[in-house]
Amino acid sequence: MSATTDPPKDGFQLSQLIYDTRYRSMTIQIVALVLFLLGVGWLLNNAAQNLAALGKPLSFGFLGEAAGYDINQKLIEYNNQMSHGRAALVGVLNTLLVAVLGCILATVLGVVIGVLRLSNNWVVARLMTVYIESFRNVPVLLWIVLTMAIFIESFPAPRAFRGENASASMSLWDSVALTNRGLYIPKPELYSGSTAVIVVFLLSIVGIFVFGTWSRKRQEATGQILPNFWIKLAIFFVPTLLVYFILGRPIGLELPELKGFNFQGGIYMRNSLIALTLALGLYTAAFVAENVRAGIMAVSKGQSEAAFALGLSPNRTMNLIILPQALRVIIPPLISQYLNLTKNSSLAIAVGYMDITGTLGGITLNQTGKEMECLLILMAIYLAISLLISSVMNWYNESVKLRER
Amino acid sequence: MSDTHAQTVAYVRETMLPEQAPPSTAAGPIKWMRDNLFSSVLNTVLTLLSVYFLWVVLTLVLPWVWYGSWTASSLKECREAVAGLGLAHGAACWSVIGERYLQLIYGFYPDELYWRANLAFILMLVALAPVLYPNLARKILWFSALYPFVAFWLLWGGTLWTPVVAVAGFVFAYLAFEILNRTAGSLVAVIAAILAPVVWWLLLAGPVSNGLASVMPLAIEPVESAKFGGFMLSIIIGVTGIAMSLPLGILLALGRQSDLMIVKAICVGFIEFIRGVPLITLLFVASTLLNYFLPPGTTFDIILRVIIMVTLFASAYMAEVVRGGLAALPTGQYEAADALGLDYWKATRLITMPQALKISIPGIVSTFIGLFKDTTLVSIIGLLDPIGLTTNIRADSNWNGIVWELYGFIALIFFIFCFSMSRYSMYLERKLKTGH
Repeated sequence: MSATTDPPKDGFQLSQLIYDTRYRSMTIQIVALVLFLLGVGWLLNNAAQNLAALGKPLSFGFLGEAAGYDINQKLIEYNNQMSHGRAALVGVLNTLLVAVLGCILATVLGVVIGVLRLSNNWVVARLMTVYIESFRNVPVLLWIVLTMAIFIESFPAPRAFRGENASASMSLWDSVALTNRGLYIPKPELYSGSTAVIVVFLLSIVGIFVFGTWSRKRQEATGQILPNFWIKLAIFFVPTLLVYFILGRPIGLELPELKGFNFQGGIYMRNSLIALTLALGLYTAAFVAENVRAGIMAVSKGQSEAAFALGLSPNRTMNLIILPQALRVIIPPLISQYLNLTKNSSLAIAVGYMDITGTLGGITLNQTGKEMECLLILMAIYLAISLLISSVMNWYNESVKLRER
Repeated sequence: MSDTHAQTVAYVRETMLPEQAPPSTAAGPIKWMRDNLFSSVLNTVLTLLSVYFLWVVLTLVLPWVWYGSWTASSLKECREAVAGLGLAHGAACWSVIGERYLQLIYGFYPDELYWRANLAFILMLVALAPVLYPNLARKILWFSALYPFVAFWLLWGGTLWTPVVAVAGFVFAYLAFEILNRTAGSLVAVIAAILAPVVWWLLLAGPVSNGLASVMPLAIEPVESAKFGGFMLSIIIGVTGIAMSLPLGILLALGRQSDLMIVKAICVGFIEFIRGVPLITLLFVASTLLNYFLPPGTTFDIILRVIIMVTLFASAYMAEVVRGGLAALPTGQYEAADALGLDYWKATRLITMPQALKISIPGIVSTFIGLFKDTTLVSIIGLLDPIGLTTNIRADSNWNGIVWELYGFIALIFFIFCFSMSRYSMYLERKLKTGH
């Protein structure tokens, strides 16, 4: 057999750019890059021309101007004389507030529901299935407006609490008022000496961790196991309560009271905040429950059987064998549910909760007419939050990855 | 041993005893209840709590639903009629649904043209059938490919030449590829196949379509986009979004998986950007900003703009789903395809992509369910999807203040759609399972 390939030609020919696999990928990439840059350039050029024609040069100066509108839900000082930038900051904090509250609610509910769905109790398992399917198959926006409607339509107005024969009454020993304007809960009041209680409380939390480390070392050295849970519980409660009563109860509660047409005092949680948190939390909980269920089912039965064969108690089997394996499956989708919840919180605009979409993307945009700038900042903020959350997820994934040889 | 031993035994039973029924506590409903409802103290408590909860909810909801009024013509009249029943929590006013269900389905689409929307919907089912049930005749797929143009014509109306001219672009692309592939080589053919339709659509399609229409109109009554609404709008946006995002998502996934660094960077940047921002900001872009990025003077339809943004949004998610499928394939599949001497596109088309798509079916369907639910967001930018229409209906003084009936009805319809889709995905998963 003679050689079937042509002898390589000397020098570089232009056709090699296409037909030679050594260079072809380079050619494709350069063509793609040029086309991409041309496309982006075309879009930006159009935008520049259009903005110039409308007399709206790209500038972010409006962020420093007075906003002129009020925000009813705020975590930091704000009034309508402050700048649009400050209003946007208030909005970001409101977004984060509802996201954090929603995530906590979704996690707690989701874990409980996911575990109960696996329960061998027929009624409970069916009930949880119904919950999960009905929340997953109906749009979150509908849940949000529905929850808001429940607040406005079904709860009594503050004036229903008034008078001798009031038609509504406060719950939990007259400390909590649930009205159609929102929820009024007691607010802790600090008297002199309260600092000591707080310091002792923080110290006891540190103490719990110190005890945990010491107990683990002791177990590794001697093999003896202490009743860790009860000791930790004692460290959590006993010192703080002791100091609290010795100092004469320096922390009290300021109860909400009906004055005039509305409640005064206490902490006021606006109905839009509660409705949004509840709706997002309940909706996301259905997804979290499915993740939890998948995670628990992913741990094969042999694992728990092996643990029992080794003589581990059911508690320790759960803590040492099943949970570490299940969490590896549960946590990544859980974090992406947190991400979804944070992005869904932008639907706050439907119930009038002033999150970042409501301030920067809503009123500020309409007042200043700076669509391009407002939306750019808005997207950048959400992108930053998302990238932050997903980098946490990547870091976690990396840390729990099975080390394969 | 045993036979000697047997002699010493006084009595040996030689016939089998008849089988006896298990004790009543170990069979039938009692055993089932003991196992499933009352197996432990905790379970008993949970069961009782759940039953109590069900009792409370059902006694509240069922009478409300059942005794609802179907005849009242306004909320006030309905409240009066219902008050006579003496129910603790009143009853529903279903007459609002009876009066407005056509609006919730079709929006403000002209009544006499409902048949066109209905026809488009039925044809959609026909077009979807070969995709959903692979056993059907493959020839229907040609209809599926043509369906978008037919549906566009049916829904928006106007002259038939617009969709025909649009289809002609694809025909030209095919012809250019076929002819040049034989004469001038594949590269030239591919470039020509891309350029020919672009030139056609941008420069020639408009005049040709106008010219043909002036000779022979073949037009049906046009309907403007502002009249679209209700579930029809949700379905249009959802189905178009998903159909267009699947190919785009596949390309993005391939780009993200490829070795070409620049292509990969572009794809990753796009996917992560889209996935990082909420859909509502993209819809704001569609409603306020998209026209800025097009040549001065262009304005086009809001529904089209929304569909474009929704497609981009869904394609990023689709890309991640498909990428998951590609990543789940064993490396051996890629290596085997290479060993057979298949080039990249052939290997992708024949070996890896079919398997990857099969793995990602649940993900694709749940992306679709998510997208369909997300179409409700267009109500925030002022389109009249079902949720947007509730505001409209409440603006009518007859129905001012009605809440539960409308939301309940919309939720029910969404539930039916989404739940049946998720069941379908489970069916498909079982069917395509080739493992043991």
